[in-house]
Amino acid sequence: MTTQTNTENDAAASADSASTILEVKNLSTQFRTRAGLVKAVDDVSFSVKEREVLAIVGESGCGKSVTALSVMGLIPTPPGEIVGGEIMFGGKDLLKASDEEMQEIRGGQMGMIFQEPMTSLNPVMTIGKQVAEPLRIHLGLSKTAARVRAGELLSLVGLPDPLEKLDDYPHQMSGGQRQRVMIAMAMSCEPKLLIADEATTALDVTVQAQVLELLIRVTEEFGTALIIITHNLGIVARYAHRVNVMYAGKIRESGTAADVYKKPGHPYTAGLLSSVPNLMQSTSGKLQSIEGEIPDLTDLPSGCAFAPRCPYVQDRCRLEDPPLENVGGDHISACWESAQFRGTT
Amino acid sequence: MSMTTSTQPVLDIRDLQVYFPVNRGVLFIKNKGAVKAVDGVNLSIAPGETVGLVGESGSGKTTVGRAIIGLVKPTGGVIEFEGNNVLEMNPAALRQFRRQVGVVFQDPYGSLNPRMTAERIISEPLVAHHLFNSKQERRARVQELLEIVGLNAGMASRYPHEFSGGQRQRIGIARAIASDPTLIILDEPVSALDVSIQAQIINLLDELQDRLQIAYLFIAHDLSVVRHASDRVAVMYLGKLMEVAPRDAVYDNPLHPYTKALLSAVPVPDPEIEKKRERTVLTGDIPSPTNPPSGCVFRTRCPIADEACAESIPELREVTPGQHVACLKV
Repeated sequence: MTTQTNTENDAAASADSASTILEVKNLSTQFRTRAGLVKAVDDVSFSVKEREVLAIVGESGCGKSVTALSVMGLIPTPPGEIVGGEIMFGGKDLLKASDEEMQEIRGGQMGMIFQEPMTSLNPVMTIGKQVAEPLRIHLGLSKTAARVRAGELLSLVGLPDPLEKLDDYPHQMSGGQRQRVMIAMAMSCEPKLLIADEATTALDVTVQAQVLELLIRVTEEFGTALIIITHNLGIVARYAHRVNVMYAGKIRESGTAADVYKKPGHPYTAGLLSSVPNLMQSTSGKLQSIEGEIPDLTDLPSGCAFAPRCPYVQDRCRLEDPPLENVGGDHISACWESAQFRGTT
Repeated sequence: MSMTTSTQPVLDIRDLQVYFPVNRGVLFIKNKGAVKAVDGVNLSIAPGETVGLVGESGSGKTTVGRAIIGLVKPTGGVIEFEGNNVLEMNPAALRQFRRQVGVVFQDPYGSLNPRMTAERIISEPLVAHHLFNSKQERRARVQELLEIVGLNAGMASRYPHEFSGGQRQRIGIARAIASDPTLIILDEPVSALDVSIQAQIINLLDELQDRLQIAYLFIAHDLSVVRHASDRVAVMYLGKLMEVAPRDAVYDNPLHPYTKALLSAVPVPDPEIEKKRERTVLTGDIPSPTNPPSGCVFRTRCPIADEACAESIPELREVTPGQHVACLKV
């Protein structure tokens, strides 16, 4: 994060020494649908370092959630199938792991929280039992020890009267409180990696802020790396160290949040950023929207998938899909015209 | 943007109350009090003006919109449209009122009948208010409306499922403007859409307002969108207005502690600004509207509340010119 010249080497050195805990290489996940084959994730590679906060951002259908589900081994098969790639986590390729091994990893070394806490929690089981469950399964705690620890976890995530909450059912809580319970469960085995898939999208903005602050605090405390999957560009700017921008199944741009927002490497990222109205300053006149529609994944254009909507499109873009290339520092982008486009912005 | 006081507002809401009864039991129904969804709201909209109405879930913002168009019956208060109380209108006047007030809903999937073509959907207000003389005239008007909202006239015979979310919202807008309204209630018109599509629809609404001089009540929870779209902004919490002011006053100089907290909770898409911003994170959840706090409804989460706030209900009063705030501490 430090950019001053004298500390740059130190920062780079410590970034290198921080070990990579997740490495996704050439991941491709497809779904067979009635409308045709959907390449939901297409040749996606990225890595997450220890204690890092990585954001995966994009609009609906871009593949951000399918990427997360692939990492967790939660792709429903059929209709979905991981057709290629490697997911290296803790020295193991998760794509070669058995179901039992994956169950051991999920909820153990890798946690996940979803958008809808009401459907992720069991409505007929008390909160205490649900939080204690991973402790008993993964850590082998006794019933009483697990209950004590569950109470501690609920107080860690800032629930009022945590010991009384142990005997409550999910419907007795608000959406924000349920999401706190989900965080307590996900963190119960002190995972190496936590994936938050649109975890605060359904919450009101003041509650969203509470839950995100909590998420950052507990992951820092436990030394857990965090992947935030979101469509909210503000959340990325506030919390992420690095960001992957996805569009139509592929990563189109990746870099530190500071670099990507300051000088986007891809016209899609630039278009997304200018589509969001400004909270800090009044604007009048037109918003710089992206023309056209999000493409149909069963019928993608040849070449770059963003070409039909791109203001910088050239003939080449419609024929060949650009590879991810370095655009300076730790910043990569997949655009044939990035030099020209970045020169003009 | 500044409205002279002499212009008659299109819409003038005074002391609007919408209470929903809470009943218990099946055979022997007992009334257990009421949810005060909207409790004493005053709001006016000038011709051609956009008033943003913001708030979190349960604030009552949607209920205000629904009360205006008659989808819920107010418990008390006055809703004046161009000087006449809508709640006391005779059927003929009410028909006229409905012609002049359009509505666009949040869900572009749920608000269009899946068995009707785009043409029939957009024709409905034309048919209801007898706004054409011949079939040809109606068809021509539908095609004109489709083009105004940025669709092809050739799409008239398609069904809703053949359109994308953004296109469906355009159809909803075409239907809302078909009867030449002077006011449109926009209830979360862009919150179901992706960011890149959202901007297109906001631009379209802007363009239509310039062209047709329509006033908007823009109900939304997205504070950035509301800043861009509105002339004035009203902030609601648990059925009451907390602050009403011109947009720059609300965003650059918020006075109510709730407005301040709400704004600071919104992350801004700029890492450099985010590093420097002060954050007030509110504790707790929005209280249940069945059992709101005494005195000021915001006091249970307010960083500056004291005993006085539990005792008296703060009135909305003008603190700086045009800026109305309901807080004892301001």
